[in-house]
Amino acid sequence: MIAELIEAVAKILFIFGVNMGFFAPILGWVERKQSAVMQDRVGANRADILGFTLIGLLHPLTDTIKILTKEDFIPAGANKLFHTLAPFISLTPALITFAVIPFGGQYEIFGHRINLVIADLDVGILFIFAFASLATYGTVLAGWSSNNNWSFLGGLRAAAQMLSYEVAMGLSIIGIIMVYGSLRLTEIGAMQENFLRWGIFLQPVGFILFLTCAIAENKRVPFDIPEAETEIVAGYFTEYSSMKFIMFWMAEFLEVVTISGIVTTLFLGAWHLPFVSSEKLLSLFGFAGPNLSIVLLMLTNIVTFFAKIIFMIWLQMTIRWTLPRFRYDQIMKLGWKILLPISLINIFITGLVVLLK
Amino acid sequence: MTDLAKNLHTEHMVINMGPSHPVTHGTVKFLVTLDGETIVDFYVEIGYLHRGFEKMCENSTWEQVFPYTDRLNYLSPIINNVGYALAVEKLIGIDTPERCKYIRVITSELSRMADHYTNIAASALELGALTAFLYFVEARELVWDLLESFCGARLTSNYIRIGGLKNDLPDGFKEDTKEVFKRCRELWVDVDKLLTKNRIFLDRMRDIGIMPPDEAIAWGFTGPCLRASGVPYDVRKAQPYLVYDKMNFEIPIGETGDNFDRYLVRMEELNQSMRIVEQALEELPSGPINVDIPEYRWQSKDDIYTKIESLIFHFKTVTGGIRVPPGEVYFPVEGANGELGFYLVSDGNGKPYKCRVRPPCFPLTAAMPRMVKGALIADIVPTFDMVHMIGGECDR
Repeated sequence: MIAELIEAVAKILFIFGVNMGFFAPILGWVERKQSAVMQDRVGANRADILGFTLIGLLHPLTDTIKILTKEDFIPAGANKLFHTLAPFISLTPALITFAVIPFGGQYEIFGHRINLVIADLDVGILFIFAFASLATYGTVLAGWSSNNNWSFLGGLRAAAQMLSYEVAMGLSIIGIIMVYGSLRLTEIGAMQENFLRWGIFLQPVGFILFLTCAIAENKRVPFDIPEAETEIVAGYFTEYSSMKFIMFWMAEFLEVVTISGIVTTLFLGAWHLPFVSSEKLLSLFGFAGPNLSIVLLMLTNIVTFFAKIIFMIWLQMTIRWTLPRFRYDQIMKLGWKILLPISLINIFITGLVVLLK
Repeated sequence: MTDLAKNLHTEHMVINMGPSHPVTHGTVKFLVTLDGETIVDFYVEIGYLHRGFEKMCENSTWEQVFPYTDRLNYLSPIINNVGYALAVEKLIGIDTPERCKYIRVITSELSRMADHYTNIAASALELGALTAFLYFVEARELVWDLLESFCGARLTSNYIRIGGLKNDLPDGFKEDTKEVFKRCRELWVDVDKLLTKNRIFLDRMRDIGIMPPDEAIAWGFTGPCLRASGVPYDVRKAQPYLVYDKMNFEIPIGETGDNFDRYLVRMEELNQSMRIVEQALEELPSGPINVDIPEYRWQSKDDIYTKIESLIFHFKTVTGGIRVPPGEVYFPVEGANGELGFYLVSDGNGKPYKCRVRPPCFPLTAAMPRMVKGALIADIVPTFDMVHMIGGECDR
């Protein structure tokens, strides 16, 4: 009982620490540095401690201090309660969804069974979608409660966009659920041990659809119309300042990580290395004894999983810094008239193949 | 549903876009009436950058006007310098030496390139493509380095003088230009890849802000925006000045007059400008760069320090201004954004009696409501970018 409790707390702390302590601040730095590399610039390199700039890695820290000491301003006429609540509603789902994403398999160490997922729900994917939908309320509330025309337009755009893309996103996943026959993410992950059985090979269309919809759901370029700064200033968070402002950004960054996590789990073979099965790895680590070799295997799997996440983050950043943004009606057209029919056709063909097999 | 639409109280939303809004660079204000996202009504309010250029000119000598002209279209200041100098020279009735004309052409075209780079880069930026923006900003930096090498300033050049130039081109300018153009062409290809065939960019630019040729002429369009509508009017070809008639270049024209055509015309003009500069550098004759008329263009410092006549002329022209004969003149040059005209009146005094500028972007900005009414709020962005209003020039 106590061992389980310790295990659960350790896993929660690990995920929370990796997400909030590593990814959320580091992604700000990655975004600046990667865009700098792509654009032939130097990027953030000014903040230093005793002359050591650590290639700009201190900027997340200084940014945090700066943001924390800013005035938290609520505009006159704003709905105080909802204005304060909105960033929390945005941030929480981004944090919670990671609970069902497995970052490793199941291991038997010293007679204790470890399942590397915080909550091994049998409706894992549905849980993610349910909570991702909640994030919509955050942006819509922010847009509405700010008492500002730009925010209002941003909120409306966010509502329309996120709701439309949720439909296509949900349908794009059905194919993979049909192929693996499970909603439990740990099972889907475990079934991808064989490299050729990775989701991306079984459901290539589903992969592209899901990634597109997920980026749209996350409101990043080219789908950033709810915050399109040249059109509606900053959209739904125009009137936000201080920590509340940064909470929207953190939500966005964490969603990048979450999307990468889901894509990795569903399509990129979860925690498995390509071409190397767990048995092979175990025999490779055989020198360390039965228990330690499993620990080594576990660590390898965790590292593999996060390496894949980092690759997906890199991909999303590259997309973000390459493309211009869509127009409002074009996004709607893309979602309803292109992505939705394709995902329906994808489901149909997948169903046929599964049935005939 | 119809009952609901009838009984539901709805009203249009009126919002102020600007004067400090990300899209209204050059400080302008749009008063936009919106029905949802659709623009029902659109007013342009200019004048936020009015500095009284024309009045200031009346209180300064003919030569002191040059620094003010730098601040008209601050993206291509040398073209403004050239336009003003040519107008004054026409009024006086003097002709500059051949080398001076060639250098004026070279510097004008470099300025035009910097202007087009800025315009296309800013458009990409405002559509969300920050990377394309920085690629062209790099190209502009390189061109500005060239400008810096001969006039010492990157933005406010103040390089042209009445009857000549401030100084000659530096040694090795031709080689530097060759190197810069090599890199500029690479960057051009990069941006072309990033934007021209980019589906998102195409969707945002194509069929937006369409202007048919007859209407474009009626609104007073000139420059790339007019040529995008299919009217091959370019001052450099229509009434060649300097040595443009000796240059071998083409005027790109568009078909539909939408924003994408305006973008394509500007992209092609970049290549044509490079062509002109290369030709002019190849054919650049040697000789003096200033007219040898001490009443209008002071002589070299050597002469001023050693010859009493030169010293007297220098003293007279600097303190009292050059004496431009009475009369009035209009002289158009092809600015980066269209026909840039200077209308000057002289009463024989040392100062302009009147200095009126025909800014190319004023009629373009005036046509904004015509181009965006009925479109979506997001369409303001590419349309206004392609109109390329420069506050300094429009408001003066």
